[in-house]
Amino acid sequence: MAGVLAVLSALFLLWGLRGPYGFILELRGGKLAALICVGAATGAATVLFQTVAMNRLLTPGIVGFDALFVLMQTLLVAALGGVGLAQVPDALRFVVETGVLMAAAMALFGVLLRRDAADVTRMILTGVILGVLLRGLSEMVQRMLDPAEFSVVQQAVVASFNRVDGGQMAVAGAFLALAMGLALRMAPALDVAGLGRATARGLGLNHDRVVMRALLLIAAMVSVSTALVGPITFLGLLAASVARQICDTHRHAVLIPASALIGAVILVAGQAVFERLLGMQSALAVVVEFFGGLVFLALVLRKVRT
Amino acid sequence: MRPFLCIAALVALVVLSLALGAASLSQDGGWLIWVSRLPRTAAALLAGAGLALAGVVVQQVVQNRLVEPSLTGTPEAAMLGLLAVTLIAPGMAVAGKMLVAAGSALAGMLGFLALADRVPRQDPMLLPIVGLVYGGILGATATWFAWSADLMQYLGTWRLGEFSGVVQGRYEWLWAVAALAALLYVVADRITILGLGETQARSLGLNYGRTRALGLIVVSMLTALVLVTVGVFPFVGLVAPNLISRWRGDNLRANLGVTALFGASLVLAADVLGRLIRYPYEIPAATVFAVFGAGVFLWLLHARPGRAHG
Repeated sequence: MAGVLAVLSALFLLWGLRGPYGFILELRGGKLAALICVGAATGAATVLFQTVAMNRLLTPGIVGFDALFVLMQTLLVAALGGVGLAQVPDALRFVVETGVLMAAAMALFGVLLRRDAADVTRMILTGVILGVLLRGLSEMVQRMLDPAEFSVVQQAVVASFNRVDGGQMAVAGAFLALAMGLALRMAPALDVAGLGRATARGLGLNHDRVVMRALLLIAAMVSVSTALVGPITFLGLLAASVARQICDTHRHAVLIPASALIGAVILVAGQAVFERLLGMQSALAVVVEFFGGLVFLALVLRKVRT
Repeated sequence: MRPFLCIAALVALVVLSLALGAASLSQDGGWLIWVSRLPRTAAALLAGAGLALAGVVVQQVVQNRLVEPSLTGTPEAAMLGLLAVTLIAPGMAVAGKMLVAAGSALAGMLGFLALADRVPRQDPMLLPIVGLVYGGILGATATWFAWSADLMQYLGTWRLGEFSGVVQGRYEWLWAVAALAALLYVVADRITILGLGETQARSLGLNYGRTRALGLIVVSMLTALVLVTVGVFPFVGLVAPNLISRWRGDNLRANLGVTALFGASLVLAADVLGRLIRYPYEIPAATVFAVFGAGVFLWLLHARPGRAHG
């Protein structure tokens, strides 16, 4: 998988390269880093979330994690004003936003997971509607902003791989690496947590604490990917499902990196195809949405039959 | 629920809606009300009533309380149809566009029913999820086509239901909602029997296939009417029938009028609120309603069921 990613990355960087080499490589390099970061973060976060929720259909995107992030952004801009926010350095702003998101996610999804653990479909539906609610709320707050301030929010939350600045990228990359490391360290605990709360507790695992930690990591990864490119709902589902199919294991030490790699591969390959072959720029998110939706339906219907 | 109070609330809303606006009524007040505010108020009421009724019928047809037209991919399918018309025959009259939109909405709904047949009935919460994703897939397809044909803005005009563009001459199609409502009232009992499921309905002597087809046609027409004139409006068809059935039980014929009135009041209230929050600027009514509707939906999911769902 890593090999495939390397080849794809090289292709992405070198396809149809003409001078000025340095400039183009820098541009493409930045874009590639963003794609890999986002794909990896989304893939890994989804595996974690599915384990914690005991459910193969849920992804952080579906239950509105990214909507929560957008809402936070919007509220921050509304509270501080666009100008005030622009004076805060990128790195600090990012850390603050992520911190706020983590706290909110813990409160919201911690309750959700504990309340509805027994009734899986109700939990999915609650998550989905929660996502709708959060999106509606952020839409509403956005409508109240000045046009100038709105554009600040829009800058931060619209899915596009074409503008990623170096500073943000570095912070996000470091952050993501840290989150990934922590997730891998948690892998054995997650393996046990995946057996369900009762079993895990019987085996001596502090289940609630593991769930909370996992939620923190998920919030961190989601904020990385949303801050970089904005929301893509079904990417995680695609990555995690493919990873589970290929690896055929429950060991998170394998699943998390696999899912992260696959997420990155999907994005890099998709972007390469669209940009180089079809000459389209922002259609990738739509296509990912389409196929992710199909995978979701297939999973639901297959689950029904078994 | 005291009927008198409800009517009073509705009248108050209508008066408020007529009195609200960026322009003052001191000059040409009568003309302004006649050309802009009265149509706007009527459009909100009609759209709300139509969506609530569509929700009732859909819920009976799929025997699931948690489904409504916007959770079955119907508006997205109608959008696809409208996009196709715009690309193939851009000069078509509004009536033709309506028909195409209704036809594609119907096709979208048939697709959803085919899916619904494969989802077990024991788990009523699964169907809305499937419907949402199905709608998402159709929506992505529509976005893709619009994007490659440079019609994104055109698509955007329906993305969010709002009434700021409604003036005299731009909404009259919505009066068809009233005619469809009358039709529904006539066949209310049959629709109720539909909700018992196919075997039961047949044994009671109902022509199941024909009644179901009639119900679906009515729903797709209602959806298309509202979509073309004001845009997508999620959750009305879910919230209005569910709350009314919690308050008044499940006599469909007795409830049809109340449900329609309730849906109408809800949408008008959302529109008035959207006009008030940031006066004189406006927030689309659909945005206001999405927040409210999603909240009610969550409550419906977690409240103790008044009666068994499904």
